Amino acid sequence: MSERASDGAAVVPRRKLRVATASLAGCFGCHMSLLDIDERLVDLLELVELDASPLTDKKRCGPCDIGLIEGGLCNAENVHTLRAMRANCKILVAVGACALNGGLPAQRNHIDVRDCLQTAYLSGPGVERGFIPNDPELPLPLAQVHPLHDVVKIDYFLAGCPPSADAIWQFLTDLIAGRTPVTAHGLIKYD
Amino acid sequence: MTTLDLAAMVQRHGGDATRLVQILHEVTAALGYVPPATITELAARLGVSRAHVEGVVGFYSFFSAAPQGRFRVRFSDNITDQMAGSHALCQRMLDAFRVELGEVSRDGLVSIARTSCTGLCDQGPALLVNDRAIARLTPQRIGAICSLIRGEVPLPQWPENLFAIHRLVERRDRILAAVMQPGEGLAAAVARGKAATIAELERSGLRGRGGAGFPAGAKWAACAAAPGPERYVVCNADEGEPGTFKDRELLMHHAELVIEGMTVAAFAVGAQRGLVYLRAEYPFLVAPLEELLARRRAAGLLGRAAGGVAGFDFDIELHVGAGAYVCGEESALIESLEGKRGIPRNRPPYPVTHGYRQRPTVVNNVETLAAAALIARDGAGVVRDVGTPKSAGTKLLSVSGDVARPGIYEYPFGVTVRQVLDDAGAVATQAVQVGGPSGTLLAAREFGRRIAFEDVPSAGAFMVFDQRRDMVAVVENFARFFAHESCGFCTPCRVGTTLAAQMMTRIATGVGSRRDVKDLARVAGVMKAASHCGLGATAGAPVVAALEKFRPAFDQRLRSLDVVPTFDLDLALAPAREATARDDQAAHLDEESP
Ligand SMILES: Cc1cc2nc3c(=O)[nH]c(=O)nc-3n(C[C@H](O)[C@H](O)[C@H](O)COP(=O)(O)O)c2cc1C
Ligand code: SF4
Ligand code: SF4
Repeated sequence: MSERASDGAAVVPRRKLRVATASLAGCFGCHMSLLDIDERLVDLLELVELDASPLTDKKRCGPCDIGLIEGGLCNAENVHTLRAMRANCKILVAVGACALNGGLPAQRNHIDVRDCLQTAYLSGPGVERGFIPNDPELPLPLAQVHPLHDVVKIDYFLAGCPPSADAIWQFLTDLIAGRTPVTAHGLIKYD
Repeated sequence: MTTLDLAAMVQRHGGDATRLVQILHEVTAALGYVPPATITELAARLGVSRAHVEGVVGFYSFFSAAPQGRFRVRFSDNITDQMAGSHALCQRMLDAFRVELGEVSRDGLVSIARTSCTGLCDQGPALLVNDRAIARLTPQRIGAICSLIRGEVPLPQWPENLFAIHRLVERRDRILAAVMQPGEGLAAAVARGKAATIAELERSGLRGRGGAGFPAGAKWAACAAAPGPERYVVCNADEGEPGTFKDRELLMHHAELVIEGMTVAAFAVGAQRGLVYLRAEYPFLVAPLEELLARRRAAGLLGRAAGGVAGFDFDIELHVGAGAYVCGEESALIESLEGKRGIPRNRPPYPVTHGYRQRPTVVNNVETLAAAALIARDGAGVVRDVGTPKSAGTKLLSVSGDVARPGIYEYPFGVTVRQVLDDAGAVATQAVQVGGPSGTLLAAREFGRRIAFEDVPSAGAFMVFDQRRDMVAVVENFARFFAHESCGFCTPCRVGTTLAAQMMTRIATGVGSRRDVKDLARVAGVMKAASHCGLGATAGAPVVAALEKFRPAFDQRLRSLDVVPTFDLDLALAPAREATARDDQAAHLDEESP
C-alpha cells in the first residue's frame, strides 16, 4: 500500500482549530456579539486558538482553519485583508449584514465618491482651508461598498445585524465539530 | 402645461376608485405624466389615500410621477426585436436627440425608453409613441419619426402608413376559418339552455389557452354554482408573454367571435357584467373594440334582455392595462381591474368564487372564449374532433424570430415542433422557445416533440433561433425581462430575478465565473420553490433549461473557472484616485494577486 489509510473510526484527540477574525467596513457589532457568548468563550477557547483578530491585535493572518469576517468592502485595504484571509483560511465565513450585503455602509452607494470627499474635506460646513488627504498610507475608498462574495469565494453566510450570540455559538460549534452548520429558524431574525 | 378638469374627469368615471387605472390613462394622455398635485387631488376626489394613488402610479410602467417628454417613445425590447436590430435603431434615436436611455430631453420634447415585448414580434422591431404603435422599424422610418417629433407634429397628423399593423396569417383551422354572424353563438346557447351549454363545453374537452390549461367547462360550472348576487366574465387580453401575439390577431379580425364567447359565458354562468382587460401595448384595438361593443348594443346583443333573452341583462366594458406583465395572472388582473396595484392574490380562494369585487368570476383567455363561441354554435365536436385526447382542438401559435414566414399559425394540438419550423421556413434552427420565456426551451434534438398539454404546452409563443444566435444572450434577455416585471411583492422573486439577471449579464459580457453558473441554478431553484405566483415560479426556467441544453455556450464565456470579482476592482478606485490626484502603487488594485 503506497498511501496510509486513515485510522477508520478510531477516536483520536482533536487538535485545536486556528481561527482568525477581521472587521472590514463594519461597526464591530458582530465582534461584540461574538463576545456576548459570555462564559461559553471559555469553552470556545478550549477548542480553538485565535490567530489574527482585533481580539488578539495580531495583524497578519497565518494559515487558519476558519476565518470570520464582519463588514463589507469599502476601500482598497479591505480588499487586501479579505484576499489575505481567503488565501489563509480553509473556511471563510461572512458574518453579519454588512459582510453579506454591504449593510449600512452601502448607504453611500448612490453618492459619487468624488462628491463625498469634496464635501467632507473641501466644501462642507465648517471646513476651512481644507484639502483632500492624499497620503499613500491611506487606503482609497472604492466607488461603491461591496459584499465580500463579490470579490472572493465565501463558504458560509451568517445573517443578522448582528447575528445573535446564540446563532454565532451554534454556528461555530457546528463548524468545529464538523457538522454542516444550519442556522435554524428562531436563530435568524429579520426586522 | 395643459390644465385638467379633474373634477369632471372623476365624475365621468362615477367617482369610482376602481376606475383609477383608466383615470390615470386619461391624465397621462393629457399631461404626459401624473404630477404630484394631481395625485393628491385624485386621492381626495376618489376618497382613497394618497399613498394608494401614488402606489398605483408607481406600479405600472406606463404611468410616471416624474415629467416625461411630450413624445414618449418606448422601444419594444423582446429578444425578437433585438434580433431585428432594435438596439441600434434605439441608439440612432438617442443620438438624434442627444438624450440618454430612460431620460427626458432637456427641452422636454422627447423621452426614450425600452419596454417589454409589445406583441409585434412578427413585424418588429417595434416601438410605441404615446398611445400609438409603430412596427417594421428601419433606419429610414426612425429618421422620419425623429423629424415628426422634432417638428412637434401632433400624432393624429403623422402619416397613417407609419401605424400600419400587418396581418400575417399563415395557417387557418377551426377558429381562424370560422365565420360567425353576431348572436349565433348566443342563440344556440339559449336554445340549448344554461346547464346544457356548460355540459357541451365540458364534453368538448376545451382547456384554457392562456397557459395553465384548466378545463373551461369545469371553470364555468364552478362559477355558475358559486353563491352570490352577481357574477362577472373577464376576457384576459393582457397577452404579456414575450413572443405572443395571437390574441392581437383574434381581437383585430375575429373580435366578434371573442365577444360572442364572453356573451355565451355570461349567459351560461348568469353574469351581469363582462370586462375585457386589454394590454396597453395594443392601443390600436381600443377604438375598433369600442365600436364593436356599440354595434352589438345597438343590435340588442348587449344590454337589457341581451339577445332578446328576458332577464339576461349583460354588458361589457373595456379596461386598458398599463404595462405590467404580472397583470396577465388572473388574480393580479382582477386587482388591476379594481384600480389597484397588480399584485397577485393568495389563491385559493380562486376567482370562480372570489373574483372581481370578491364575486364569482370567470377569467378566460381571448382564444378560449373564441373557441367557446364556436362550441356553443357548432357543438363539442368542433374542438373534440381535432387535436389529441388530452389536448382537444386547435392552437394558435405566434411564430417569430429566424423564420422566412413569421405570423399566426393555427394547428391541431399534437403538431410537432419540426412541422411548424418547416411550414414557417426555418433553416439551421438551433433552438425554439415555446410558450415564451416562462415556457419551454427546446434544442434541435427535441424538435420531434409535440405542442400539447401532455408534451410541450404553450400559451402561443414560438420564437425561433437559428445557429447564428447566441443562446446566452437570449437567456439574458429573458432574465432581464423577469427582473423588470417582478412585481416585488415576495422576496424570492424580487431578489432572485434581479440576482439572476445580474449573473446572466456577467456571463454574457464575459466577466462571469463558474460560481455564477452554480449560483444561477441555485437561485432558480429557490424562486421555483418559494415564489408567491407563477411569474417567480417560472422565472428561472429558461436559465435552467439553457444550462442543461447549452452549457458549453455558457462555459465558453466564463472568464475563469474560479471565483473572480464581480466588478473591476481597479476601476472602482478611479473616482477616489481622481479626487485625491493619487496614482501611487497603493492607489491601484491588481485583479489577480491576493
Ligand atoms: C405571470 C403570469 C402571466 C400571465 N399572463 C397571461 C396572459 O397574458 N393572458 C392570459 O390569457 N393568461 C395569462 N396568464 C394565465 C392566467 O393566470 C389564467 O390562467 C388565464 O387567464 C385563465 O384563462 P384560460 O383558462 O382561458 O387560459 C398568466 C399567468 C401568469 C402566472
Ligand atoms: S452587520 Fe450590523 S452589527 Fe455587524 S458590522 Fe454590520 S452594522 Fe455592525
Ligand atoms: S412571484 Fe414575483 S410577480 Fe409573483 S407575487 Fe412574487 S414578486 Fe410578484
